[in-house]
Amino acid sequence: MTAIAAPAVPVPARRLGLRGGLRNTFTLTWRSVLKIRTNMEDLLGLLLQPIMYLLLFTYVFGGALAGGTHKYLQFSLPGILVLSVVFATLGTGMMLNQDITTGVFDRFRSLPIARWAPLAGAVLGDMIRYMTSVAVTLGFGMILGFRITASPLSAAAGCLLVLVFALAMCWFSALIGLLAKSPQGVQWFGFLVMFPLVFGSNLLVSTATMPGWLQAFVKVNPMTYLTEAERGLLTGGPVATPAVRSLLWALGIFVVFAPLAVRVYRRKT
Amino acid sequence: MRYDATSAPAIEATGLVKRFGKTTALAGVDLVARPGRVLGVLGPNGAGKTTAVRILATLLRPDGGRASVCGYDVLRNAYQVRQLIGLTGQYASVDDGLSGTNNLIMIGRLLGLPRAQARIRAAELLARFELSEAAGRTAKTYSGGMRRRLDLAASLVGRPRVLFLDEPTTGLDPNSRSDVWLMIRGLVADGVTVLLTTQYLDEADQLAHDIVVIDRGRVIATGTPDELKTRAGGQVLLVAPSDPARLPEAAALLEALAGAEVSTDAEAGTVSAPVTDKTLFPRVARELDDRGIELAEFTLRKPSLDEVFFAITGHRSDDEDTKTRELEETR
Repeated sequence: MTAIAAPAVPVPARRLGLRGGLRNTFTLTWRSVLKIRTNMEDLLGLLLQPIMYLLLFTYVFGGALAGGTHKYLQFSLPGILVLSVVFATLGTGMMLNQDITTGVFDRFRSLPIARWAPLAGAVLGDMIRYMTSVAVTLGFGMILGFRITASPLSAAAGCLLVLVFALAMCWFSALIGLLAKSPQGVQWFGFLVMFPLVFGSNLLVSTATMPGWLQAFVKVNPMTYLTEAERGLLTGGPVATPAVRSLLWALGIFVVFAPLAVRVYRRKT
Repeated sequence: MRYDATSAPAIEATGLVKRFGKTTALAGVDLVARPGRVLGVLGPNGAGKTTAVRILATLLRPDGGRASVCGYDVLRNAYQVRQLIGLTGQYASVDDGLSGTNNLIMIGRLLGLPRAQARIRAAELLARFELSEAAGRTAKTYSGGMRRRLDLAASLVGRPRVLFLDEPTTGLDPNSRSDVWLMIRGLVADGVTVLLTTQYLDEADQLAHDIVVIDRGRVIATGTPDELKTRAGGQVLLVAPSDPARLPEAAALLEALAGAEVSTDAEAGTVSAPVTDKTLFPRVARELDDRGIELAEFTLRKPSLDEVFFAITGHRSDDEDTKTRELEETR
């Protein structure tokens, strides 16, 4: 049997550089992706959720809301894209929370790796989930008859914009994940915040049909800007103002929640 | 700041204090682990064992006191400490969603091993811990004993100099427990320093060179296993007559022969006495036989942790105070 531990006491390195930290981050990204692949439930949820939304909204509500399924799909798909990706950000918090409650995070923290790597790895790994969500929504939407009428470049910008927004939102999710007592808690609290945000917007219906007080909320809701920007980028229409506002919101959410999440994370460590 | 293996202790803690809200988990704990030896930290649930381990493994900041591993301060030189330690928690902290192999490859990669080497190291450890057959399955499908072994393997990927084992056998069946014991002995043979927390006196007795007994956040005794057992009154002879009616007779006989006070448990139908000399066992057996007292049980046993505790502290280890403390600690 070979000796499993070396007898000489090594002299440990003094610190880990940025390159080391990035290497740690990529290893943990690899882990997240591997987990998506091996966890069938997660994978099914990720793939089926956008498909369900598309089928539901297009065929159940489409006729009533817009007088025709195809017409409604052209209107609602950008919204469903936003909805799928924003709900998917809850996964970040849930996975973080699971890592904490199962003790996996303790193991990471006992290793000589960059402090921020587990957090960064989780976020980066989730970007791959969000990309999957975007691809499924757009792909299945096009099977149902959605057509991108703007230029391909503009559509690509649309995908990028929703991903950037998700990157900001997932820090909010991470914060809940760090504070909640269980993954179920993350889900409940997340939905409590995200439901009014997502549905209190022009995501699925036009703002004009709502009562005044609700319109006031919808008009400042970041989801409204994001959806408007997505409509513009995918099917044509005004883009500049909603896109800039979406980016500003994303920046604001990031600036508030990323440092908070990092702070809570550090306090836990 | 080079570590000198001949003089410096592998682990040293002085006056560690930790509070969780109103509860004081550690009220000034001192301990020292000699290089290449096993230090057993013995105590009931909620005594503060896990808190102490978490501080020593750089997971928790102490509110007072100092601690170092191989001469590196756990607060100021946490990064260096982490390169020297391995940690296996009470609740196996393996990634359920990954296979055994990928769990270990991930740790190897995080420690900076190139991909091929991480793979080799993983296979090596899986073989050593008899997990090769299950290597490709997700850890979710593992039994409790297998998870514990994988957790132990994960803490060894980086060839640690100092290994923290927090109740490594709690909740394991006797077979898995002796497997884990065997593996710990193997590590010690390789020169690893081990800090082992346990609730079981026999486990500390089997594995530890030195023992620290913790109760309510304080060290209440230190010494070798033999020293501690002597303090607790050595071995105990337990007699249970088949016919409960003959218990008083057996008790009187035992008291006369042992020359010490016996304790009778009428409900269980047993009487026990501290063993003062080696000949007591055969003498008692002979006398009982002569009088025709048939026996349901006749055993020599080591004092339990409870008895060690009772002898040292004068109180039982499972009172209310300890229970609230345990809740705080596992929060």
